[in-house]
Amino acid sequence: MARVVIFGSLRAFTGGEGEMEIEAATTRELLKKLAARHPALAETIEAGVSLAIDGEVFKEAWFTPIGPEAEVVVMPLMVGG
Amino acid sequence: MSKIHVNATVNGDAVEFLCEPDEVLLDVLRDRLNLTGAKEGCGTGDCGACSVTLNGRLVASCLVLGAEVEGSAIETVEGIGTADALHPLQRHLLDHAALQCGICTPGIIVAAKALLAENPDPSEEEVRFWLAGNLCRCTGYDKIIRAVLSAAAEMRGDSA
Amino acid sequence: MKQDFKVLGTRPIRPDGLDKVTGKAMFGADKSVTGMLHARVLRSPHAHAEIVSIDTSKAEALAGVKAVITGDDFEDVDNRWTRYTMQNCMAQGRALYDGHAVAAVAAVSKKVAAEALALIEVTYKPLPHVTDVDEAMAPDAPVLHEGVKGRNLGDDVSGNTVGYYSFGHGDPETGFAEADEVIERTFKTAAVHQGYIEPQACLADLGADGRGELWCCTQGHYEVRRICAEILHMDASQLRVTASEIGGGFGGKTTVFIEPVALKLSQKAGRPVKLVMSREEVFRATGPTMSASMDVKIGMAKDGRITGAHARLRYQGGAFPYQMVMLGAMSAFAAYDLEHVQAEGWDVMTNRPKMISYRAPGAPMAVYAVESVVDELCQKLGLDPLDVRIMNAAREGSKSSYGPTFKAIGLVEALEAAKAHPHYSAPLAPNTGRGVSCGFWFNFGGQVSVSMAINADGTVNLIEGNPDIGGSRASISMMAAEALGIEFDRVRTIVGDTASVGFSDVTDGSRVTFAVGIATINAAKAAIKEMCKRAAMIWEIDEESVEWIDGAAHAVGHNAGTLPPMTLAEIAATSGKTGGPIAGHHEGAPDKAGVSFGVHLVDVEVDPETGFTAIKRYTAFQDVGKAIHPAYVEGQIQGGAVQGIGWALNEEYIYGEDGRLQNPGFLDYRIPVASDLPMIEPVIIEVPNPGHPYGVRGCGETAIVPPLAAVSNGVARAIGARLYALPMSPPKILKAL
Repeated sequence: MARVVIFGSLRAFTGGEGEMEIEAATTRELLKKLAARHPALAETIEAGVSLAIDGEVFKEAWFTPIGPEAEVVVMPLMVGG
Repeated sequence: MSKIHVNATVNGDAVEFLCEPDEVLLDVLRDRLNLTGAKEGCGTGDCGACSVTLNGRLVASCLVLGAEVEGSAIETVEGIGTADALHPLQRHLLDHAALQCGICTPGIIVAAKALLAENPDPSEEEVRFWLAGNLCRCTGYDKIIRAVLSAAAEMRGDSA
Repeated sequence: MKQDFKVLGTRPIRPDGLDKVTGKAMFGADKSVTGMLHARVLRSPHAHAEIVSIDTSKAEALAGVKAVITGDDFEDVDNRWTRYTMQNCMAQGRALYDGHAVAAVAAVSKKVAAEALALIEVTYKPLPHVTDVDEAMAPDAPVLHEGVKGRNLGDDVSGNTVGYYSFGHGDPETGFAEADEVIERTFKTAAVHQGYIEPQACLADLGADGRGELWCCTQGHYEVRRICAEILHMDASQLRVTASEIGGGFGGKTTVFIEPVALKLSQKAGRPVKLVMSREEVFRATGPTMSASMDVKIGMAKDGRITGAHARLRYQGGAFPYQMVMLGAMSAFAAYDLEHVQAEGWDVMTNRPKMISYRAPGAPMAVYAVESVVDELCQKLGLDPLDVRIMNAAREGSKSSYGPTFKAIGLVEALEAAKAHPHYSAPLAPNTGRGVSCGFWFNFGGQVSVSMAINADGTVNLIEGNPDIGGSRASISMMAAEALGIEFDRVRTIVGDTASVGFSDVTDGSRVTFAVGIATINAAKAAIKEMCKRAAMIWEIDEESVEWIDGAAHAVGHNAGTLPPMTLAEIAATSGKTGGPIAGHHEGAPDKAGVSFGVHLVDVEVDPETGFTAIKRYTAFQDVGKAIHPAYVEGQIQGGAVQGIGWALNEEYIYGEDGRLQNPGFLDYRIPVASDLPMIEPVIIEVPNPGHPYGVRGCGETAIVPPLAAVSNGVARAIGARLYALPMSPPKILKAL
């Protein structure tokens, strides 16, 4: 199962829970399960999040595969530049 | 108020135009003579993007009235070099990658050409002070200064 | 990863260069068409006011006026972010800052348009205003928009506070307890403008048949199309947007300010409308970057190890909700491998023009505050500032302060290059100080489309959808040539309009060379596959027995050596007989952009009589992954460094008590000029990005990040006193002396 790290201020929407294990093959599946587990986070996920999978940052990308031992860091969507 | 009738030469060609009494040379060049090489970056003489020469003197064309140029010789970037035979300044700016967006480039070329006409062997400091009226936001000036110095060397016949 | 390059690393002349040195290049304001009208915009003189009424009748009656519009001419839109953009382009109900558009006119000439503006009568009822970030955050501040307060915020901050973010790990307090020295400081930085030399300009033509044409200077014409189509309630397909040559953007042209206004005027007048901003309008009404108020606390052990770090960043982003402090909070400590770190940020609205991105948006000010405190700790503990940074530097495997664990990065390499550079050991003159700072930017990927055609004469045309702001047509042609195995000058790349190639995200986040580059390499692969197939058909062998090597199809396997290689030009020449035109295209959304670190060294001389700071020597080290066109990479580093120098020393939005901008011109808002500067020596470090086939990282933004602290740290060491606010103008330095 992937280790999911909810980063920083997003923890306000998970009741303070910062790390959890989620069984998911893709980012889309992971985000769906995350939103179901933490409904307060659903709005943020809907608006968009960035994900770091084993250190590489992805913007959404629903079908990015997630390995069984992966570390996935969920961050607010990075926009601008 | 009626328009003013003006005769002048631009890049060696005789031109004749009507302009408003308060219309600046930059607008005359761009809107009436279809010479859009000179750019308006500020309209207040601070950026140098509209640089042209008027009877050989470097001016900000946004601060000169069209009505003032009766009988004058104006040179713009369009009169400097051709695609087949670029002026050394144009060539060295390209070779040194001394332009990024290119909006300041026409003004830099006109201003630098006026400098080299007056001082064929300027120091780095002299080039920097002469071009202090030509703002460039992309390059940090480094490559522009190098290009002007190497163009000057070539024009003097130094092996640069 | 590819290592041996034939085209990458060379310095060909840019394809757009000839037009730019001869005055032929067409920028936003350079296009005119038959029947065109000229537009002007009327702007609010108040920082905050209710628009009680606007009487346009006299303006409409003026001979030569063809259309007048106000906020009432714009229908509401569903997307709230688009609504903010629309209301920033034209106020509805309230003017929210000095310079906010309230009406616009299209007329037969610039002169008539200007006369008509003077005839528009607006009745304002001034409202309380706020322009300072700390005042705007206070619970009793006048609130710009109700109902947009960040949902994770309490009553201790006002409704202007639209977002709160926090990043980090460990517990800073534990870290401070382990420290031998702890320093906490408060910093302020001014809002600065991108300062592109070309003011916003566009030419709009929206016909009665509902079809629109828009020519404009922008960093993203697909984004312009999306916003304008939503505001004008058009189908995206009916609005074709063409990006002109762009006279600088630096983030400032990633949104719209005038395009919806010009389109609406054109629709109303039934004629094409040209709208060009004046420099004053650019300063008053286009986005500067955020101003900031920041607290940074860092603890350090005697040996230089950073034990704990905490930053609180309060950014002011103007008159509408926005989201940008997050990137500052993520960048603040990115250069360090820390056990106990936290960075918090608040986005705050004020009665100022709405902020828009400026090169590495959000990062320079946060890093300035952090790098200043690190430098002060080094001074206090008598430690070498580069040694301390090397000791604490983030490297491959470090858990970054913003979450991800870093892959291969080049910070240590940049720091060590700085340490070994002659600049670092050169003697210093009197009144001179040497400043050091790190800098960081994420770099983005994002959506991209590329279409490549192999012409029958063996040349290649490539269409991409991202405006070229830094020489990307050259670098993309280089990558196409490299991938195809042909000469650079056989490829011509153009930026297509929104009707000629698929969607592409805005040119931002230093993403173009990375993302368009990947799409180009993939498009070339598709074309190569087709060319190998054609060769196989001609040779009457299996497609699998053909490989593409150095620009030609080669028979391999049991046919190897029996057939002479068939070049791209040869295959292209017969393409009409072998199945028709050969092309390749790619659409995608590449990620894994790879972060970029920089380290800057500067020597500053401060005149004790006048407080004037002169930059005497400047060296900038940056990891760029792989420099495709090294001269353009150098140019990015030099240009970014000088923008940062301007931020450090001169540039500043100055507001009076009345909430009006006091310096909307290049005379009073002073960007660096040639005589202010020495040569800027760029040192390119190449630690390949594992996420790109050629190792490329974005390189355009990182260089604006280090100069703020580097210059400030140099000043501190030159005068023996430290300033905690930017810009460090001569009066402020004299005061510190």
